[in-house]
Amino acid sequence: MLLLGLLLLLLPAGAELSGSAAPLRGPAHASPSTPPRLLLPQPALERGAPGVASARSAEPAGGAGGGGGPGEPAAAEHPHHGGGYRVVQWEWSYVQTPYVIAIWLLVASVAKILFHLSQRFTTVVPESCMLILLGLVLGGVVLIASKKQLYQLDPALFFLFLLPTIVGDAGYFMPARLFFDNLGAILTYAVVGTLWNAFCTGFCLYAAKLLGADLMDFLLFGALISAVDPVAVLAVFEEVHVNEMLFIIVFGESLLNDAVTVVLYKVYISFVEVGPQNVQMADYFKGVASFLIVSVGGTLVGLVFAVILGFITRFTKKVRIIEPLFVFLLVYLAYLTAELFSLSAILMTFCGIGANKYVEANISQKSRTTVKYTMKTLASIAETIIFIFLGISAVDKSKWAWDTGLVSCTLVFILLFRAVGVVGQTWVLNRFRLVPLDKIDQVVMSYGGLRGAVAFALVVLLDAEQVKAKDYFVATTIVVVFFTVMFQGLTIKPLVKWLKVPRSTNRKPTINEEIHERAFDHILTAVEDIAGLQGYHHWRDKKSVYRKSELWEAYQKINIRDAISVIDQVGGPGRVQMGSGKRRTRGTAGSRFWFWFFGFCPSVPAALDVCQSPPPLPPSPPGEDSHLPWKGGVGSPPPCVSVEATKIIPVDLQQAWNQSISSLESVSSPPAPAEPVHPRVSALSRLGGSRPASYTGPVGAAPAQALPPAAFCFPERKKKKPVEEEEEEEEPGASQEMQPLMSALKPPGVPQAPPSPQAPPGRRRNPCVYLRSLVTSPPGGGAGPHSHRPTQL
Amino acid sequence: SVSAAHLLRLHQRFQLLDKDSSGSLRSEDLEAALSENPIGVRIVGAFFQLGQEMVDFPSFVRILAHFRPTEKNRTGDGVQPDPGTQMKCPSSVAFQLYDRDRDGKISRTELLQVLREMLGLQVTEEQLQSIAERAIQEANLDRDDTICFDEFRKSLEKVNINHKLSVRFLE
Repeated sequence: MLLLGLLLLLLPAGAELSGSAAPLRGPAHASPSTPPRLLLPQPALERGAPGVASARSAEPAGGAGGGGGPGEPAAAEHPHHGGGYRVVQWEWSYVQTPYVIAIWLLVASVAKILFHLSQRFTTVVPESCMLILLGLVLGGVVLIASKKQLYQLDPALFFLFLLPTIVGDAGYFMPARLFFDNLGAILTYAVVGTLWNAFCTGFCLYAAKLLGADLMDFLLFGALISAVDPVAVLAVFEEVHVNEMLFIIVFGESLLNDAVTVVLYKVYISFVEVGPQNVQMADYFKGVASFLIVSVGGTLVGLVFAVILGFITRFTKKVRIIEPLFVFLLVYLAYLTAELFSLSAILMTFCGIGANKYVEANISQKSRTTVKYTMKTLASIAETIIFIFLGISAVDKSKWAWDTGLVSCTLVFILLFRAVGVVGQTWVLNRFRLVPLDKIDQVVMSYGGLRGAVAFALVVLLDAEQVKAKDYFVATTIVVVFFTVMFQGLTIKPLVKWLKVPRSTNRKPTINEEIHERAFDHILTAVEDIAGLQGYHHWRDKKSVYRKSELWEAYQKINIRDAISVIDQVGGPGRVQMGSGKRRTRGTAGSRFWFWFFGFCPSVPAALDVCQSPPPLPPSPPGEDSHLPWKGGVGSPPPCVSVEATKIIPVDLQQAWNQSISSLESVSSPPAPAEPVHPRVSALSRLGGSRPASYTGPVGAAPAQALPPAAFCFPERKKKKPVEEEEEEEEPGASQEMQPLMSALKPPGVPQAPPSPQAPPGRRRNPCVYLRSLVTSPPGGGAGPHSHRPTQL
Repeated sequence: SVSAAHLLRLHQRFQLLDKDSSGSLRSEDLEAALSENPIGVRIVGAFFQLGQEMVDFPSFVRILAHFRPTEKNRTGDGVQPDPGTQMKCPSSVAFQLYDRDRDGKISRTELLQVLREMLGLQVTEEQLQSIAERAIQEANLDRDDTICFDEFRKSLEKVNINHKLSVRFLE
């Protein structure tokens, strides 16, 4: 990282040297006398970086290139190279802006990699601390090298680019139900708590008679320093893993208090500008009114865009590839629109929450994944950059002035008032909450009130003319932010452990819980109805129209999760018997999972010609080779394929698999009725009523080997989402059918982490027989008994 | 343990529900109030004891009092119902929701019925069966293909039932 930093410094030096030799190009050059101007926030520029970067390029390193402007030196240098064609040219100014940005991103990312090199280190020190320290170091380097601070956390950059990514990510993936369940508490803390903090801090600082600044300044400072910061909270709490309720309360508070902060900030700024003596009563009311407008407006903007997004994604079936783009664009536009109207932009988390529900239902699986990972990547990078810049900005001494009294008082006050505020509000809240927040929760909550980059950006935005004490404020803010993020971040983990705070258990949801929780919701609604209350559940259930397939999706997710965990487990004791002969002909004994499947596709006769493309196996990551049974090589103890393992194999391949396994063995066993085939075939035919042709086709054409189901399953997979849903629906269904076959011969050595199915084998006959009647061509007894085969070996 | 104001309000509600003013509610009255609830009929059935046709006001209050949030909120669900009264713990009420024939076990058909009622229009029959199958698999520890009360409670041990099944209205 240091190398990169040095490289950055050398680049402009090099640029200057060659710049002097090259005809000057680009608008970014400016005279060396004006670099300080370029450091100020320039919202007009597309990014803060060019302003900064151009200052860098106008470094005192080279005199010739930067002097005076492009005109004269260019004229002076032209004669040098008037003639020839230059094979390689140094086009620094051309690529300058994106280059610098990319380099910064690279530095941030490499920093992250390096942190995680040491496992022990990362568990103790939260990432945010490390990033700030790194920023400090980098800032120091830059300062030393160039005697002047070149990079700052530009508030425009922060508010326009960095914050939206984080907030968008937070909103989109917010657990909506938990959020709304605790909304009362969250709102209380956000509004009341922040107001309390702001006023108390401001008044007390003023009362301490520091700096001789007036009340308004202190109130302003109190407003911006008292807001809990979402970035910092996310960064620190992410590593601590407290239970969800606690996290959502603190995090929700940090998001929603933005409205309060924005209003207070603006109100006080205008008061400061006007002068404290001119403030009238009406202005206070305007302040309150503007709070309402800001908060409600921000929420509304978010919701409007969420609706638009949901609406648009309904029609994107033909353009799946740009679906993620819609999501990002609209979420970002929501943010910018809120900023446009000076509303609280962070409240567009509601956009994310609202959009999530509809969008997830509308877009394809791949788009969902894309959205998820891109958002998380961007948010992570933004967070990294923010912390690094925080560190860098701290080093610039010219921006701040130290006042010990102010700093220490501020620290004390914010901690004190936060604690008091939390305790007071919790006491009131507990009278209304179902799940009271106990002392430990309160401790964590007050300790977790971290300040972060938002406060810093706001303080940098202050106008030094109006607020005379700005530099002191900047220094104090830096110290406060550092203190909370680093000290509190470092100590919160041991604190949480010491207090035995209930951690998030990461428990896997079971289908039982889902079912019963749903039933409970209905029960509670019923109770409320009976008792004549229009309670929370009453309203919640009224909006249950979008909770249709939640249970089913939960079911699928559980299955998928089981499949993945089984892949991880089966790698150990349980293995599929590597049939020697034919298996080897596949290539290598340790061939990859995918390859094995592909390899078997063509091995199955005729009707499977259709399956050219690999069936996407949604859950199993191809990288899990080491866990895979098939990699274990030949001759491994062959207990069986565990029941669970059968689940991971896509339904359409199960037949192929069984076929191939059976073909490996020459053992003949009494053919059991080919049950597994039928449920799938018939179920598919029932569900896929819209495409009967594709069913009957292969079915009719296939040899009586029960291969057709596999065959026409493949084309299914390639289709769009609604079909995918059916496909996925069938898979667990049929795999459920498969289980009874397996369970009867439960393999000895396989770890049975999920409870083993113990359904009596007889049960499978009933639905299968019924379903069999729906199938046109009764397949031969090929597939069924072969599923037994591996277990017998 | 219920305040007088609440009692009065509940009494008014009781009278409102009691369409024929007979002084006690029949199941039809309650079901009418729960017309929108997909498992309304079951819930009403769970409240009534076996063979009981009518609910008079004290029983009405007692039933609703099941859902009072309890003081001990951080413990697991209270296992022992009050021996003196007829009160059951919330989880047994939930259990009876599934177990209509009161044989102490939830069989697959019963579970299927509940699922069908809750999800019926949105999910197909096969899907329901898969879900039911999976649910029984998960909860079933004694391999009898049904879920008894202990298994039911165990499958929900991570869920704090008391929290889930409490409505704050009888302070």
